[in-house]
Amino acid sequence: MSALELIATTKTYGDIIAVDAIDHKFASGTYSCLLGPSGCGKSSTLRMIAGHETVTSGDIILGGTNVTDLPPAARGTAMMFQNYALFPHLSVIDNVAFSQKMQGIEKTKRRARAMELLELVDMQEYAERIPDQLSGGQQQRVALARALITEPSILLLDEPLSALDPFLRIKMRTELKKLQRSLGISFIHVTHSQDEALALADEIIVMNNAVIEQSGSPSEVFNRPNSEFVAKFIGGHNVIQTDTGKIAVRTDRVKIQKSKSKGAISAAIQDVEFLGSTVNVTLNSDPKGEMVVSVSDNVFYENPMEIGETAFLSWNKKDAHKLAE
Amino acid sequence: MTELKTLVSGAKQAPGYGLQKPSAKEESQQRTSWYLVSPLVMVLGFFLVLPIITIVIVSFWDYNDYNFFPAFVFENYAYLLTSKVTLATYLKTFKFMVLVWIFCATIGFTIAYFLAFHVRTLPMQITLFLICTVPFWTSNIIRMISWIPFLGRNGLANSALISTGVIDQPLDWLLFSDFAVVLAFVHLYCLFMVVPVFNTMMRIDKSLIEAARDAGASNLQILTNVIIPLTKPGIMIGSIFVVTLVMGDFITVRFMSGGQSASVGRVISNEIALLQYPAAAASAVVLLITVLIMIAIMMRFVDIRKEL
Repeated sequence: MSALELIATTKTYGDIIAVDAIDHKFASGTYSCLLGPSGCGKSSTLRMIAGHETVTSGDIILGGTNVTDLPPAARGTAMMFQNYALFPHLSVIDNVAFSQKMQGIEKTKRRARAMELLELVDMQEYAERIPDQLSGGQQQRVALARALITEPSILLLDEPLSALDPFLRIKMRTELKKLQRSLGISFIHVTHSQDEALALADEIIVMNNAVIEQSGSPSEVFNRPNSEFVAKFIGGHNVIQTDTGKIAVRTDRVKIQKSKSKGAISAAIQDVEFLGSTVNVTLNSDPKGEMVVSVSDNVFYENPMEIGETAFLSWNKKDAHKLAE
Repeated sequence: MTELKTLVSGAKQAPGYGLQKPSAKEESQQRTSWYLVSPLVMVLGFFLVLPIITIVIVSFWDYNDYNFFPAFVFENYAYLLTSKVTLATYLKTFKFMVLVWIFCATIGFTIAYFLAFHVRTLPMQITLFLICTVPFWTSNIIRMISWIPFLGRNGLANSALISTGVIDQPLDWLLFSDFAVVLAFVHLYCLFMVVPVFNTMMRIDKSLIEAARDAGASNLQILTNVIIPLTKPGIMIGSIFVVTLVMGDFITVRFMSGGQSASVGRVISNEIALLQYPAAAASAVVLLITVLIMIAIMMRFVDIRKEL
């Protein structure tokens, strides 16, 4: 098993810095998510790791080898593309066997190996179809099989779930994680969806403006965001300006009451959103700005509140996290 | 479309219902469809079907040295299909066609490949593409004639070769030869290959090439395993253009061979000049059938409908 290390890896396009000297070590055999808004440099980072983008400066070390200038296929990585990039003129099995064909492995042998991979992703019945005849989810499985046939030590996934409908997305998410566990190789997954990252990742790397804002386990990133950006992007947090600087408090850790208690701040209820198991109450409190409180539905409806009412908000000190400026 | 809708709605209804008389609304919809297709039907009927029928009819007429007149004789075809000259001209025309096709396909593919995959920005691609069309701003004849001062016995090519010492005597196969015919054809028709091939290549998703590279394909392997298979429909459309244009040509062969080479088109043109219209019509019908068979064979190889 081989770890991947980025050392001051930089990518510039002319004057634009896409990735600004990032350092990170991806442990082997883990599921990592590069999370960030569009244009934050996460895709460029992935493409540099894959070898589809030249590295402007810095190094990429994979399993003790400097792979910075190696071609994609010589690195031990494999990439799964956002639109799957299946060859439209080849059958499913020939798509999967493509890399072995390039190596000159004979037809029966490579087709047998391709069939094994199709069985792994449960697509063996579709071996002779062409990609156009498959649904999005099926195409994705084929793309996955095609990437895995090269026996990569790292699988790189570029927004793999974004083209799927929400139901399928959650199903594929579970399967990706299961596959990663059973294969024991590293997956690096680029996404802009924090739900996806929280559900999948062993480690989340939040990127913004070409740099890594924070990295850590999902619970670490979610419970202790270290900057306002991370707190807002990962969601579920209120960022509050206090005398000693900004703090973040999870929306479900803020207590909302109708009567004033000591230390509570008053706020006007602006919106009430029913989300099933929870209710999100949006309030406006001068001068702290907009805040959101998540209340579990049974608690909320025992003592319902109306838009326009004034409520009082408070939280435990231990739930407040100081944010870096 | 309307018909399709009627069909689908009919299928949904109870058995027997579809057999009933169409409602007034459906009838008016059908009439609208007929009105919509009628202009195209009339244009094609008048300018394509009617002339072809006329040619077929005339091909059975009879003629003498100064006149031709209605009859129903097979003599024109009998003479045409048994004459050794016909076979020789067809072979000659096929030879031109194959050579021109090979050069146009190679050059056209290379130009389109360069434009589509090596020129990075769209404005630059469009600019270079327009430059490719510059020769088309003048007529075919002028483009052919402009080769004469270049290729002639004392032309630019010969004088340049002599002055650099490559040859002592001027090359006389440069002009008024099969070489000149093929050269002019390639010059005239290469763009007809570039355009459809470029068009298909532009539609190839660039991530497919990355995916191939990710799978360890070399540049040559990407070309043979990804780009060429995906460009086949464009190559085929371009080939149909080139093949039909070369098969039907008479002026290029006459000009560039100095009247020394024959082609099917020239035979027809000579027959017309001699007022042997029925013979010319029979030759035209045979040529039309030959070209249609060739296109049918080409369509067997590639599904062009995917392109449309």
